[in-house]
Amino acid sequence: MKKWIIPWTGALLLCPSWLWACTGNCGDQWAVLTPRGMIASHEKTLILTALGLMLLVVVPVIVMTFLFAWKYRASNPRADYAPDWDHSTLIEVVVWTIPTLIVAVLGYLVWISSHTLSPYRSIVSKQPPLEVQVVAMDWKWLFIYPEWHIATVNQLVIPTGVPVHFSLTSDAVMSSFFIPQLGGQIYAMAGMKTHLHLIADQPGVFQGYNTQFSGQGFSGMMFETVATSREAFLEWVHQVQTGGLVLDRITFTALEKPSINEPHRLYSLALPDLFDNILSQDTTLRTMTMMSPSPAPMAAIED
Amino acid sequence: MITAQPPLVIGNIEREHPEHDSVGLATFGFWLYLMTDCVLFAALFATYAVLHQNFAGGPTGKDLFDIPYVFVETLCLLLSSTTAGFALLSMQRQDRIRLLYWLGLTVLLGMGFIGMEIHEFIRLMSAGNGPQRSGFLSAFFTLVGTHGLHVTIGLLWMINMILQIRRRGITVPIQSRLIRLSLFWHFLDLIWIGVFTLVYLMGVSS
Amino acid sequence: MEELIFGRLTLREIPYDNPIIMATLGGSTMLLLCIAFLIWYHGKWSYLWKEWFTSVDHKRIGIMYVVLALIMLLRGFADALLMRTQQALAEGSAQGYLPPDHYNQIFSAHGTIMIIFVAMPFFIGLMNIVVPLQIGARDVAYPFLNSVSFWLTASSAALVMLSLGLGNFSHAGWSGYPPLSEKHYSPGPGVDYWIWGLQLGGVGTLMTGINFFVTILRLRAPGMTLMKMPIFSWTILVTNVLIMLAFPALTVVLALLALDRYAGMHFFTNHGGGNLMLFTNLFWIWGHPEVYIVILPAFGIYSEVAATFSRKRLFGYTSMVYASVAIAMLSFMVWLHHFFTMGAGANVNAFFGIATMIIAIPTGVKVFNWLFTFYRGRIEFTTPVLWTLGFIVTFCIGGMTGVLLAVPGADFELHNSEFLIAHFHNMLIPGALFGYFAGYAYWFPKVFGFKLDEVWGKRAFWLWIVGFYLAFMPLYALGFMGMPRRLLHYDNSHWQPYLVVALGGTLIIFGGILCQILQLTFSIRNRAQLRDETGDPWDGRTLEWSIPSPPPAYNFARIPQIHTRDAFHSMKKQARHAEEVDYEAILLPRSSSLGPIMGGLTFVLGFSLVWYLWWSAILALAGLLGCVIVRSWDEHTEEELSAQEVRAIETALRHPNASVSYAEGLPIQKLTFERHPLP
Repeated sequence: MKKWIIPWTGALLLCPSWLWACTGNCGDQWAVLTPRGMIASHEKTLILTALGLMLLVVVPVIVMTFLFAWKYRASNPRADYAPDWDHSTLIEVVVWTIPTLIVAVLGYLVWISSHTLSPYRSIVSKQPPLEVQVVAMDWKWLFIYPEWHIATVNQLVIPTGVPVHFSLTSDAVMSSFFIPQLGGQIYAMAGMKTHLHLIADQPGVFQGYNTQFSGQGFSGMMFETVATSREAFLEWVHQVQTGGLVLDRITFTALEKPSINEPHRLYSLALPDLFDNILSQDTTLRTMTMMSPSPAPMAAIED
Repeated sequence: MITAQPPLVIGNIEREHPEHDSVGLATFGFWLYLMTDCVLFAALFATYAVLHQNFAGGPTGKDLFDIPYVFVETLCLLLSSTTAGFALLSMQRQDRIRLLYWLGLTVLLGMGFIGMEIHEFIRLMSAGNGPQRSGFLSAFFTLVGTHGLHVTIGLLWMINMILQIRRRGITVPIQSRLIRLSLFWHFLDLIWIGVFTLVYLMGVSS
Repeated sequence: MEELIFGRLTLREIPYDNPIIMATLGGSTMLLLCIAFLIWYHGKWSYLWKEWFTSVDHKRIGIMYVVLALIMLLRGFADALLMRTQQALAEGSAQGYLPPDHYNQIFSAHGTIMIIFVAMPFFIGLMNIVVPLQIGARDVAYPFLNSVSFWLTASSAALVMLSLGLGNFSHAGWSGYPPLSEKHYSPGPGVDYWIWGLQLGGVGTLMTGINFFVTILRLRAPGMTLMKMPIFSWTILVTNVLIMLAFPALTVVLALLALDRYAGMHFFTNHGGGNLMLFTNLFWIWGHPEVYIVILPAFGIYSEVAATFSRKRLFGYTSMVYASVAIAMLSFMVWLHHFFTMGAGANVNAFFGIATMIIAIPTGVKVFNWLFTFYRGRIEFTTPVLWTLGFIVTFCIGGMTGVLLAVPGADFELHNSEFLIAHFHNMLIPGALFGYFAGYAYWFPKVFGFKLDEVWGKRAFWLWIVGFYLAFMPLYALGFMGMPRRLLHYDNSHWQPYLVVALGGTLIIFGGILCQILQLTFSIRNRAQLRDETGDPWDGRTLEWSIPSPPPAYNFARIPQIHTRDAFHSMKKQARHAEEVDYEAILLPRSSSLGPIMGGLTFVLGFSLVWYLWWSAILALAGLLGCVIVRSWDEHTEEELSAQEVRAIETALRHPNASVSYAEGLPIQKLTFERHPLP
């Protein structure tokens, strides 16, 4: 019964009430508001700051709407009535200035945060980053650990406190890689390589999603992210390396076939250049490399 | 030789009877249509710009384009713009015979252009370099082909106008249509100059 | 041989195995047959054809546009109800009741229909009805073209509806991103239905854009300078500039996708040198201005409603105009915010994020100006005012979440989630639909000569607004829980309660729609009591209220001379409108059956292209070309109404006893519209 209370009242009393209800001690289900990594923490703070700034103007406007509507109702003869009043320089100046100021502050915030939170920016750390190559397939995620010669399907295991550098591409249609509690989100596109840098500060199991609709099996294209201590991670790597399943050409061909609700699978990797091969099955055919960090889609249009 | 025909007002109307100035109204609307067509071609040019290096292992512009041939094609179209201009002058002089003569010449030149373009397309496709070959060729065929489609429609329009002039003479609605047709024709010329420069000349130089 | 005749069309394309579709199909076919029979029974087919389908009168075309929008609204809403029910059910072991392929079609159809076939025809209908009346014109610049535009829109709507029963609709989302929408991943006819539905209707919209831009710039009454023009006409002018600049991009992007699919080209394919990012860029270069194309007219309606019903001049008219123009210009500089997550550099993202936020400034100014229009007014809480107030409050929340999404760092966490769904519904439902509803109630008496029932109108409003909050606020919460959009099924018991609440809200909105249907029914039944004989039921301020309701075919017997901004208001103050005038002969455009014929041919063309029926596609194209040529040879496109006829009509219209509504088709009707010489 209790789980029904927040949605009903929250919906009725608008969004701020459930924001309030969960910014204090909300459970892990509020993935965006319970970050477990540095990037996600910054993103949460950014969201709340921006929301707060805007509430400064939105709340008065809503209050004014009710107030004016009530006070100047036709049945209230005591209120002023100025049928030809249609201009006030003072009001005009104020109504142009207030939104401009708020947007100026927000704009500053955008400029700074777009750079600090850019998915392409590597995380400064004493630890060298863990390399993970991500391939979106119909309809599962393939994670390749090139340094450890292993690969997994629909399960991502990472050590805590170590920056992770994801390189992403797609073997089929466009997908979007997203772990709300660790932050960020980036598209995976065939023939192109995108990048994302994340870090987990605490151990735990975090849900990861594809958020870009990709066809029949889209709803099942989720993965589990397990953040563990470095020791546990190394042990896990060792287990996978010696676990028996091998990702070779035959296994990969089978894996490439579209499938829905794929369970976790762990492989030792027999195809060292798998990621580059997937990427280049197209890029060998084209001279453009669109997705290096600097040139943007924009630039392509303006060429 | 200005005759007693009512003056054609382009871009200006009499305020008192706006609904009577159908020529000015139609011309203004047609200008706007040309602007939207400009946006359409801009999008196609942008598409070409994005894909012009995506050869997918296939031939490049340098391998394919025959500049002297396209130059002759271009001359056809430019010349047809001149003859279309003479046609409009004849129209203003109410000279029906000359008008038909110039329009006929414009149609012939336009057909020459389209014929050469179709011949070029067939030559490319029969060598396996059709629009399916690469992103670059898709963009090339689409940009050039869209222009060609416009020219074809212009030719059909012009033939229809020749028939109308022969049947009805140079009436006000026909003058209005001829003005728009000539705008259309000059516009296509302009677009072609863009195509010739950006696609053909830059295609062989890079 | 069979392929040559039937293309890829076979009887297997009818979805016999899907009970939901078959029931809908059976029901709607029965309904259509019943309506067709009733029309035949009452002998009204020839009346409909002569007076409506072939009409080039902007008011009648406007009404047909609005009717089309309302019908499509029911279809789009049914889709919404199906989706919400599926998501409310499909948690954990429960799979819901929709198979994936059907569900994917439903959300794709919902988006396409609501934007292209509800929002667009709704505001185009209102603008058709109102703009010429507001600027003191006798018709639009190109009445015949207007009819063709309508029939192109109607036939593409019919094409989309047909996809329900023959083949399937696109399952690639309303934005149809490749490579999913490419032939390799979507070989069926669905995406082709989507392409041609948008493409053919889009051509119609583009022509409408040119038509109304010219109408407003060239056909205003003498003395009405741009800065004396009613604000609704201003927002429409700006909207039409947006249409002219944005729609060619849609035409191109759809054509390129069609070439990929039909001719095996490589614009957006994974292989052969295609680039899918080209699609997203081109699509949103149209797509973002499109948002303002549907919202700006509603802004104009709110301004008219706020001024009329607070019995006050609009506050900050000049600011309103500049704000509309600023919004329009900025709307072309923000498209990339639809894909911050595509990996553009930080500078590019920041640029587009800030540009997006700057739009909040003129929009904020508009909100303040509406508030100060109410300030020191005498507000009458009619239905249009309720929609306006509901809009202001709700739109503020939507604007806030929109600015939040414009922060790239925040967007990385919220993009493609239910938060995004909540945001854009929070903009488009209050920002566009509520405005159209307000305009529908506001101008209804002008069009039909009687008001809509206020009680049912208010019930509809309250159900809509409560339903809206219940349906969409939970989606914001789900966004913070990380729930992606478009899920068919999920394994997270925390999400379900919110989705059930959202379903509850949707059902309440359904109640609102039922109230609107009842409102229309009761209003028509009680039209005698609701009759407005003055032509000015709200004590209006602009020119459309200065003429009888419903207006005669020529609108203004005498084009008024304009001196001030609220032209009719000052005329009333100076008591100038009742003067006896000399009537003059009026030239009117003649009805043409080419409009509906071209619409029909367009439908055949779209249908043939979807099913690869090349022979009939070529025939339809030739037919369309033939229509244009036939039209160019027609010298009798106008007819004259003599001064005596005008006098007779005006006397009859201004004489209350003779006044009869559209619905009855009685003598005055003939007098007004058939324009036969009087005995």
